[in-house]
Amino acid sequence: MAKGKVTFNEDICKGCGLCTTNCPVKIVKMDTSKINIKGFHPAAVFEMDKCIGCGNCAIMCPDSVITVERF
Amino acid sequence: MAIVAQKSKGLTDKETHYCPGCTHGIIHKLVAEVLEELDVLGETIGVAPVGCSVLAYDYFNCDMHEASHGRAPAVATGIKRVMPDKVVFTYQGDGDLASIGTAEIVHVAHRGEKITTIFVNNAIYGMTGGQMAPTTLIGQRATTAPLGRTVEHSGMPLRVSEMLATITGAVFVERVSVDTPANIRKAKKAIKEAFQCQLEGKGFSIVEVLSTCPTNWGMTPIDSLKWLQDNLIPYYPLGNFRKPGEVK
Repeated sequence: MAKGKVTFNEDICKGCGLCTTNCPVKIVKMDTSKINIKGFHPAAVFEMDKCIGCGNCAIMCPDSVITVERF
Repeated sequence: MAIVAQKSKGLTDKETHYCPGCTHGIIHKLVAEVLEELDVLGETIGVAPVGCSVLAYDYFNCDMHEASHGRAPAVATGIKRVMPDKVVFTYQGDGDLASIGTAEIVHVAHRGEKITTIFVNNAIYGMTGGQMAPTTLIGQRATTAPLGRTVEHSGMPLRVSEMLATITGAVFVERVSVDTPANIRKAKKAIKEAFQCQLEGKGFSIVEVLSTCPTNWGMTPIDSLKWLQDNLIPYYPLGNFRKPGEVK
């Protein structure tokens, strides 16, 4: 059961990957199947039901791409 | 459902021009969140420097002023003296503050101006293409030190926080880093304390933030954070150098 929900404002993501480094459940990854308007692979969460809503990904994001909600 | 993290109201909707993975974005976010939490966004005037963050005036959702290279503390002094009830901060890089602006930052601390400075130290000149800064580490390569900085040629890197902590007028001096979520939380706490010192009229406050420059260091954003932890933090130790209670 997911405890959190992460949403990405994909088009302003610069694909730096800093959000992927500190996820305790390792569900934030770069989505290599997509290219955003800037030409980068945006970050995405693939298994949202594992999210614990800690907010580490959003804290690390330099471009405030990520919104995290906790249930 | 509670929102744990979202874009701060202290930032405008404009997308930053910073390179992917540049920690300027994290530091902008922390300053914006602190101003929002202290409920002073409408009372704040920021002074942007020259360097990568030269366009910071487009990104902060408060009144901003641009200063010439290194002179942000002098401009901020003028603003604060004319409008003492406003919150005034400068946002400067190491090429700006530790090199051309050394006189200004030393004397703003010496006069104990009631402003706050956010000093972003990434040990290199970013905007101009990776030249050696006073804060560049020994052995670190830069376009003006292609074989690495040497002590014989350029001396030892300048530790600005330690230097300013010897000045009585600087009431709050702390060095923080933005390499991990834990350190980012500590950085935010320090920035908040620095602004609180100003709001209480105690004197000059500065927070030095260790930052990365993936482009000019020639690394990926993730490797740069590791390089920061392995190289910058040992030479520039994190911690508080001065708190208001210690001022005599």
